[in-house]
Amino acid sequence: MADRITTEAPTTEAIRRAEPTARPRLARKPRGILVPLWLGYVFLYLPILIVVVMSFNDSSNLFVWRGFSLRWYPELFANEALMQGLVNTLIVATGATAIATVLGTLLAYGIQHYTRGGLIRAFAIAPAIMPDLLLGIGLLTFFSLITFTVGLHSVIIAHGVFATAFVTAIVLARMANLDPSLEEASRDLGAGPVRTFVRITLPQLAPGIVAGALLAFTLSLDEFVIAFFTSAPTQPTLPIVIYSMVRFGVTPEVNALASILLLVSIVTVIAAQRLTRLTGSTR
Amino acid sequence: MLFLIVFMAVPVGLLAFYTFFKRGRFGGVVFEPTLDNWAKLFEPLYVGVIAQSIGLALVVTLLALLIGYPMAYAIAGLSPKWRTVALIAVVLPFWTNFLIRTYAWILLLNNAGWVNQWLQGLGITDEPISMLYTPQAIVVGLLYMYLPLMVLPLYASLQQLDPSLREAATNLGATPWRAFRTITLPLSVPGALTGSIFVFVPAMSNFVIPELIGGGKTIMIGNLVRDQFFEARDWPFGATLALLLTFLLVLVIVAQAAVSRRLTEGPRRG
Repeated sequence: MADRITTEAPTTEAIRRAEPTARPRLARKPRGILVPLWLGYVFLYLPILIVVVMSFNDSSNLFVWRGFSLRWYPELFANEALMQGLVNTLIVATGATAIATVLGTLLAYGIQHYTRGGLIRAFAIAPAIMPDLLLGIGLLTFFSLITFTVGLHSVIIAHGVFATAFVTAIVLARMANLDPSLEEASRDLGAGPVRTFVRITLPQLAPGIVAGALLAFTLSLDEFVIAFFTSAPTQPTLPIVIYSMVRFGVTPEVNALASILLLVSIVTVIAAQRLTRLTGSTR
Repeated sequence: MLFLIVFMAVPVGLLAFYTFFKRGRFGGVVFEPTLDNWAKLFEPLYVGVIAQSIGLALVVTLLALLIGYPMAYAIAGLSPKWRTVALIAVVLPFWTNFLIRTYAWILLLNNAGWVNQWLQGLGITDEPISMLYTPQAIVVGLLYMYLPLMVLPLYASLQQLDPSLREAATNLGATPWRAFRTITLPLSVPGALTGSIFVFVPAMSNFVIPELIGGGKTIMIGNLVRDQFFEARDWPFGATLALLLTFLLVLVIVAQAAVSRRLTEGPRRG
């Protein structure tokens, strides 16, 4: 804004001439406007900060600070329930991401090329919008009707469903920006539809697909409600383990776990931000 | 496509189908057609829960709007570089585990928790105030959880706003406050509506926060559905509740779409 004032000010038009007098009033934005923002951040970060600070607490009492200690970190890795939950979660997230990435990409391609109506598009994206509660109990009833035993595989399928919707949405958005003439050129030069898809379409969609896969993976890691309904009690995912711990009494390892997860998500968000900026500038 | 039909359309269809049948004596479903499940929704107990859910979700949405609007407005006024940082800072808590954020509030609001320790330390109260396990705690928890979902669309609509409109208003002698009220505020209504939907929809169906922060004393539709499935083993009624919830939410979304369509088409129609 500031440099626009200097470049536009010397025009002779009457309307423009009014600007220099008006601009300073706008530029001199009251500093007070940032106060609610800072208060908002305090609200958003205070709880998280407390958890991180308490992860270094020497006491096993959750509410009393008794000096700095790292003891909860090794204890976290010794906690079998939490570690098993972590392994389960990673298996589910990997499987669901694989399903979602392949199906989401194909679905987006199919929608873009072979359908006209918005109905199928809406249908494909619906699981992303519908309440997770509905999808969770729907799958639960369905699995029990076909007497499909629940376990990690059922959670993978369930997470695959809603993650597919996200991948589809992202790839569709990216597809809308593609130049169709490249595909036409490829076909004119004698390439079949499969070859055109693999050689021309897919590389162009790659950033969208990677972004979709990343999102699918992170969403699956954190997803609780659907997993709650579709998992077996013997094979809980990490959020479910945490849920039952919070319900029946938390031990301080959870603070350490929370801090590690927080660190992981900060790194992921910043990496994703870098990634989108990179692909955004090269294309 | 087939995958989605099998694992989304069929299960949801099945739920709709189940709502017309009876519950089995030991759970499960007995295939005797009945409308009892839908009639049951009108029992005062359930009407109360539904009304309470809508009420709580509305309060959360309004508070999110009140807090989120100034935040989005402030972010939109930052320089591009700081804007990105500020936005990431809003989104970041959203990417940390949902249950851990819920648990953080237990640490804060417990009778022996930090808020009470600070209040007593500052001499504001002598005895701990019970904050955890109250409806107010649920509101705070839900608000905390979904505030980022309000800030983002609001920011998007404020940022798209053509600054020259505001300048024009100021040039024509409007005070900053008046320019805000007549230009910025009306033009950001679509963003506010989208944000409200984003907050209202998950707030309505959440059952974890009412249970963990609300202590299970304040029951929302989500809790009811969960209980029908896992405790009462009344799947048909649980399905009915879930479909009612979805129906309410679709209604809200359709209303939102209609309102924002009218808003954007309004000027063209003159």
